Amino acid sequence: MSKKVLVLGEAREGALRNVSYEAIAAAKTISGGGEVVSVLLGDSVKDLAGELVKFGADRVITVEHPHLKQYTSDGYGQAILAVIEQESPEAIVFGHTALGKDLSPKIASKLQIGLVSDVTSIEGEGDDAVYIRPIYSGKAFEKVKVKNGIQFITIRPNNIAPLVKDDSKTGDVTSLSVDITSLRTIIKEVVRKSSEGVDLSEAKVVIAGGRGVKSEEGFKPLQELANVLGGAVGASRGACDADYCDYSLQIGQTGKVVTPDLYIAAGISGAIQHLAGMSNSKIIVAINKDPEANIFKVADYGIVGDLFEVIPMLTEEFKKLKVNA
Amino acid sequence: MNIYVLVKRTFDTEEKIVVSGGKIQEDGAEFIINPYDEYAIEEAIQVRDAQGGEVTVLTLGGEDAEKQLRTALAMGADKAVLINIEDDLEEVDQFAAAFIISEYLKDKNPDLILAGNVAIDGGSGQVGPRLAELLGINYVTTITNLEIDGTTVTIKRDVEGDTEVLETSLPLLVTAQQGLNEPRYPSLPGIMKAKKKPLEEVELDDLDIDEDDVEAKIETIEIYLPPKKEAGKVLAGDLADQVRELVELLHSEAKVI
Repeated sequence: MSKKVLVLGEAREGALRNVSYEAIAAAKTISGGGEVVSVLLGDSVKDLAGELVKFGADRVITVEHPHLKQYTSDGYGQAILAVIEQESPEAIVFGHTALGKDLSPKIASKLQIGLVSDVTSIEGEGDDAVYIRPIYSGKAFEKVKVKNGIQFITIRPNNIAPLVKDDSKTGDVTSLSVDITSLRTIIKEVVRKSSEGVDLSEAKVVIAGGRGVKSEEGFKPLQELANVLGGAVGASRGACDADYCDYSLQIGQTGKVVTPDLYIAAGISGAIQHLAGMSNSKIIVAINKDPEANIFKVADYGIVGDLFEVIPMLTEEFKKLKVNA
Repeated sequence: MNIYVLVKRTFDTEEKIVVSGGKIQEDGAEFIINPYDEYAIEEAIQVRDAQGGEVTVLTLGGEDAEKQLRTALAMGADKAVLINIEDDLEEVDQFAAAFIISEYLKDKNPDLILAGNVAIDGGSGQVGPRLAELLGINYVTTITNLEIDGTTVTIKRDVEGDTEVLETSLPLLVTAQQGLNEPRYPSLPGIMKAKKKPLEEVELDDLDIDEDDVEAKIETIEIYLPPKKEAGKVLAGDLADQVRELVELLHSEAKVI
């Protein structure tokens, strides 16, 4: 049976996040030929709606309200529940982002339905959809089915390919007016730490440093390489525990799980906890002085050497490549 | 202050995962308190020490989870509750877990509930927010700082690397992110005292829950290990040549750049 699928689009600093398009692709699979309806929430988001249509949404519903300028679970919860009530979808897809992780359980609880979090791929379609998700931080995977009721999932960024953009595609954009009241949380301030603006969990390239980076200063060459490649910097627990960097950069079983196209591990020995957080990356490069380091066992390419020599050389080589390209 | 901490018994992070007969093998594995829950326990103890009150640690599981509850008591929690479901339920999803815990907590009037932001085994991070919704209280996830002044609560939370500063009020549920604090190790006197601290055990019957009320909404149909990654190519030769070769391989062979 074909399904009507509701997809939450996500904007960050005035632009749609990639995961919004990936979620549309997931929704298309689940819909089994049904309808994909994107939802955008914010204080001023109408202008972004067209992009969602070009990436495959059949139509878009916007809810605009001053109280939706910043995310709060109460505000966004009221808005999305109003849309769900109007549309009665048979499936719902959110991104497994900070916002999606925070909001989806509340909605599932309210609707008394199941929720499959952090889905990395989908097998089958329509009623036969089976959701694949990592467990034990990627040390194993499980296939999950929704027994009955609304199929509600969140998808991990960077894993489900978006549909090819079709600039000629058109679709209805409608707005729904929702009274957003009694917010229990007031956002006072947002302190932006991710200086280069590429989010670790969505980055296509991650340059990660371990104890071998030796100091806070030692992360600089990694950041320079990340800048050239448009990537993000991450770290092992060792580097975080030694105070070389903030815990928000930690990749591993505790910390973030990342699956970029390219993961460069510099001065990381490769403890099992760290491997859990990155071993499903598409291509792994290891740079380590110790040829026996565990990280080489999961690396596609390895260089035995001092990261402080290798990383700046890599940066220069990639710069040349970009110039020539 | 009436403080509850949700605790989950999980595999030690050092453990390799072995799947046989479609299930994760637990024989011989070491179990720990979910690392994120340790931050929650530590924070609860610090809040109690500053504000007075009582910390109760609560888990859903089987007899085996008593060990993790005793560890939490040894860290400094005052009481423990084991909601023992091992004889009643085969499968517990997040919907069921949150419902069962909410039935236990609904007449306990908690001021503050703390939990880890995610368990390192199932990794869904659903039970905290689901529970808050069922209890009708507000929640804040992935917190890295907590300050309580009367009923006003000021929180810093980690949002994908950014820090959000927000204000809300009790009663409240929060989930802990790394960086919130440095969890203490149980002291020897703490371990001795923990043996005498109250540990209440309840079953679904005691909560008037029918098995049909908590039938799982989702179902795991298969568990498998990811394909084993073959060790790749370690480059050789002059370092500058290796670097050039690597860039070439990433560009032409792997096609990721």
